[in-house]
Amino acid sequence: MGRALRLDEVLSDPRIWRGKAANQTPDGLSTGHAALDAALPGNGWPRSALSEILLPADGIGELRLLLPALGELSRQGGNVVLIDPPYTPFPLAWQAQGLELAKLQIVDSSGRDSLWSAEQCLRAGACAAVLLWPRQVDDRALRRLQVAAESGQSIGFVCRDARHAEQSSPVALRLRLHVRPSEIEVLKCRGAAPPTQRIPFADGRH
Amino acid sequence: MLWACLRLPSLAIDAVLRQRDESTKQQPFALIDGPPQRRVLAALNDAALALGLMPGQSLAAAQAICPSLHAEPIDPRHAERSRRLLAAWAYRFSPLVAIEPFDDAVLFEAEGSFNLFGPWLRFAGRLHAELDALGFQHHLVLAPNPHAAHALAAAHADLAVTTPDAQQRALSALPMQSAGLDPRAATRLQRMGLRSLGRLFELPRDALAKRFGPALLDRLDELRGTAPALLPMYRPPDRFEAQIELGFEVVRTEALLFPIRRLVGDLAAFLSARDGGVQRFELRFRHEDHAPTILQLGLLAPERDPQRLFDLVRQRLERLRLAAPTLEIELHARELPAFVPEAGGLFDPRQAQQLSWPQLRERLRARLGGDAVRQLQPLSDHRPERAFQQRREERRQPVIQTTSPRPTWLLPRPILLRDPSPRILAGPERIESGWWDNGDTRRDYYVVETSRGQRAWVFCAVGETGPFQLHGWFA
Repeated sequence: MGRALRLDEVLSDPRIWRGKAANQTPDGLSTGHAALDAALPGNGWPRSALSEILLPADGIGELRLLLPALGELSRQGGNVVLIDPPYTPFPLAWQAQGLELAKLQIVDSSGRDSLWSAEQCLRAGACAAVLLWPRQVDDRALRRLQVAAESGQSIGFVCRDARHAEQSSPVALRLRLHVRPSEIEVLKCRGAAPPTQRIPFADGRH
Repeated sequence: MLWACLRLPSLAIDAVLRQRDESTKQQPFALIDGPPQRRVLAALNDAALALGLMPGQSLAAAQAICPSLHAEPIDPRHAERSRRLLAAWAYRFSPLVAIEPFDDAVLFEAEGSFNLFGPWLRFAGRLHAELDALGFQHHLVLAPNPHAAHALAAAHADLAVTTPDAQQRALSALPMQSAGLDPRAATRLQRMGLRSLGRLFELPRDALAKRFGPALLDRLDELRGTAPALLPMYRPPDRFEAQIELGFEVVRTEALLFPIRRLVGDLAAFLSARDGGVQRFELRFRHEDHAPTILQLGLLAPERDPQRLFDLVRQRLERLRLAAPTLEIELHARELPAFVPEAGGLFDPRQAQQLSWPQLRERLRARLGGDAVRQLQPLSDHRPERAFQQRREERRQPVIQTTSPRPTWLLPRPILLRDPSPRILAGPERIESGWWDNGDTRRDYYVVETSRGQRAWVFCAVGETGPFQLHGWFA
């Protein structure tokens, strides 16, 4: 090697991996559930990334989990987009949990174009949060959505059936809901090892 | 007042070729005129001129010189349409635009716009750039008198004379043939040895009137500006219609994108001249034996950015099936509402390629359909089915309070709850309403937990406890 190399040039080589850089997880968006916040590396939902929520059945608590964060985003003026939701959101209940209905947008793609719609919404940078209930999605599509969320600085939530838990997934955070007792299991979280203990998911209502 | 004259030396050929792609422009191309027995070349592009072809030549002779010459019959309507488009375009720069009585030029008063568009050098640079983008070869001359500007533009491609003296000098140097005089008079004057207009100005007026009649004197006064210039002013039309004949049959929709980009670009140029936007427009694709395919495009808010309009068209075009090969495309826009540009923040944190919500919404609607993006509006009614409505556009949302438990998910239509042993957590809550509008509802609602641990909102007929109808989830 004929010339002296500067240290920062050497370090900028993509083949060199520096152990510390990845640990600086940016601050997340508070989930509104203190125990869950404490267990997640960024103390909340990862921003500019995709999160996956695995559900054993419909109506198990996915909205209870998401609505505090969605309400916060909508009150800050961000659009919350639901793409092909499985049921109709009942506005009174959403409003009662702090969501600004003026910021709630429902996209009906008849199932065909839901991934396309999700990518557009995530990439556009005009949506604070995008919720998606895909019928069919593989990890290539999820990776694409993950990249779109990064470039659009949006938070994406993908709700899927719990039977997909065994598949690998490129998303930044994977949660699985359990019932009886009502608990949250962190399957994967970028930036730290997932906690071994399940997190109690107390039901504050009724 | 200073008048800018935009003279279009090859208007007929530009009007046709600007709608074609680049490769056609490089080929020798001619517009032909005259009866079928004796076709003559009326206008030629540069590639044909370079081969030595000339206007006035017969088509047979031209094809002998250049067998690959592509010839089409001339249609004066094309040129006139292009000139009207340019008038609409010029209307952006000045309120005083004239296209009459000239037939190959557009004139507009430019001095009043210097404050806005900068001094003439910069202003002219912008005009040249936009005209090149529109695809017109042009001469651009600035002069105090519109007729003088028009005459000077015949001989000069780019000239600015700002004082009457300079204008007089420039006119004096103008060759007799270019001055726009009666051709017979011009030939006679030239044969008399008067090569330039300056020599003509020196001659005594009464002698000229005796030899050539008063028309020549009137023309000279017009050029010098001693007679008042009365020009009928152009008024932009209230609607936009444009068409492109393809000249060959196009089967694939991708091949239509280039001419459509032209059409949309023309529409945008027209709209910005009117300071308007377009909310709905339609594209008609004409076929040989079929009824035309009509593509209706609508937006929620007026728009005039050519790129956004073109994106919208392209999204729709990808999904369009054409019944037959296309021969002609038309664009019609009748509703041209006022346009309010989107106000962006000075320190806009969004990145350049990102979209605003209205743009994103239009993109989604273009592909998914007009009703694909909805909002919810709560209504003051106890019956769950009528407690809200779905709307297309944004409204102020009223806040309606409720103390009873309400689920976050509502089923579009109640279904039978298939569960052997639901556990009742709360209820009953009786909802009884609607006898006055044929939506009579009498139900007892319960919150139950199913055996799978789901929390459900169910109802049954008044006074009974089952079977339960599932109506929502407390998700």
